[in-house]
Amino acid sequence: MKGVMSNPVSVGVPSPQSGSTTQRNVKSSIRDLNFFYGDAQALKHIDMEIYEHAVTALIGPSGCGKSTLLRCFNRMHDLTPHTRYEGEIRLFPDDVNIVSPEVDPIEVRMRISMVFQKPNPFPKSIYENVAYGLRVRGVRNKTELDGRVEAALRGAALWEEVKDRLGEPGTALSGGQQQRLCIARALATDPEIVLFDEPTSALDPIATASIEDLIISMAGSVTVLIVTHNMQQAARVSTYTAFMYLGELIEYGPTNEMFTRPREQRTSDYLTGRFG
Amino acid sequence: MAVARQTLIRRGVRHRDVMERTVESVLFACAASAVAVTTAIVVVLLVESAGFFSHVSIVDFLTDTMWTPLFAEARYGILPLLCGTVLAAAVALTVAVPVGVMVAVYLSEFAPVKVRETVKPLLEMLEGVPTVVYGYFALLFVTPLLQNIIPDLPGFNVLSPGIVIGIMIVPYVGSVSEDAMRAVPQALREASYACGATRLQTTLRVVMPAATSGIAAAFVLGIARATGETMVVAIAAGQQPNLTFDPTQPAATITAYIVQVALGDLPHGSIGYQSIFAAGLVLLLITLLFNILAHVLRMRFREAY
Repeated sequence: MKGVMSNPVSVGVPSPQSGSTTQRNVKSSIRDLNFFYGDAQALKHIDMEIYEHAVTALIGPSGCGKSTLLRCFNRMHDLTPHTRYEGEIRLFPDDVNIVSPEVDPIEVRMRISMVFQKPNPFPKSIYENVAYGLRVRGVRNKTELDGRVEAALRGAALWEEVKDRLGEPGTALSGGQQQRLCIARALATDPEIVLFDEPTSALDPIATASIEDLIISMAGSVTVLIVTHNMQQAARVSTYTAFMYLGELIEYGPTNEMFTRPREQRTSDYLTGRFG
Repeated sequence: MAVARQTLIRRGVRHRDVMERTVESVLFACAASAVAVTTAIVVVLLVESAGFFSHVSIVDFLTDTMWTPLFAEARYGILPLLCGTVLAAAVALTVAVPVGVMVAVYLSEFAPVKVRETVKPLLEMLEGVPTVVYGYFALLFVTPLLQNIIPDLPGFNVLSPGIVIGIMIVPYVGSVSEDAMRAVPQALREASYACGATRLQTTLRVVMPAATSGIAAAFVLGIARATGETMVVAIAAGQQPNLTFDPTQPAATITAYIVQVALGDLPHGSIGYQSIFAAGLVLLLITLLFNILAHVLRMRFREAY
């Protein structure tokens, strides 16, 4: 995404492209995080650091808690009754615990946006889909809306395809375009972190490739957390990878190290397809 | 052994074949009876109305401003009855649509599961109250209440039964709208919350627009229920055909007139007798019109999610 928009909340200057060896800032720090659905504990004592302007992938077999962890970051679990967070996810530079009951989930979601598994555009025009997050924040100025919608659509590599038909329904686009529209919607509000929950699992290989390119290019300006079932995808797009199993974080480190020299037997077994 | 088995299989097949055909024809007969009854109703209405229109010109029927078929000098202008029907339905919808939609919004988007599971059956129980009870409720409770606010309100008026019909169809409008809103995929709500929207913003900007077709259907079904409602208006509106758009005046609706005449002892085949079929035909056309409208609305607002 080009730095077209003024950014009231994010910090620092965009760091070099992912893959460089420069020192990274910690964007968020998870400290002894436990999460419960009723009595069932879905996350157990998670400790990890999320680095700024990098892509971090969460991998592991179904039910390992990777999506549950992702959804802690924008407090999506608050929509389900009888869920409980314990521990901390500290967001920097504010150093605030975003899963604390005293923090308003809406304020968290204002800074951390999300792209879902299945493209879920609103039954509104392409323009209104992208402008939605701005409108709910009370932005009414037409010039500002136009500028931010265009910047977000460019950021999602969709502008050239839709610039002449912004008034058409978002649901009329193809699956891959719909997912890029959802990415534009997530980018329009200038988030600090974008969460991706298996964003390509409903897409064909070509659309998948374009989304992956997009995620890699985004990392220059935002912090990306991506849940994926697809280990090749994790290897292609991420700088850091976390392997989770049964609600625990088994191993976490730079992606190239984990895929070539996993430290844990369970990671190695998973990566070589012995289970999962 | 092999031979015996073959025979068995062949017999079984034929037996099932006969059963299948019998069941199919019984089911077909059941389905056809509904169509046949509907056709018969339309035919009876058309035949009797044809008798009526051989005495009264259609132009008079549609333009005359008086409806006095039982007077010595009978006049047959449907407008006063139509006017009463529209007026009562309008008052009813003014009450039922906002309240019904708000009930639906609350139950679908705001209420905790326990509240929804308690309130929805209760609301649906209201649909089981006999309409004659609502009629007395309008005449003996709502009218006196309204007379406190509007001192010179006549004992029979359209306002009171209109409001009561509105209350009566709130569960109906609410229930259909709630179904429409609950059918909106959870993924759209999640997308909205993830953009930082509040519950109210999600409801107003995402859920309701996505449920437009269902809410419009609820609205149209409400109109159909309100125009077809009989007992409440027959009891509380005064049964006086009156060409007015003032809801504080007494008036008669098409349905109320039909009740009035059907209860009397008009000779079979007289114009007065036939007039109720003409009135019934008009009512049928109105309902048909709204059903077509509902269909068009549904097609236009159909959202692909």
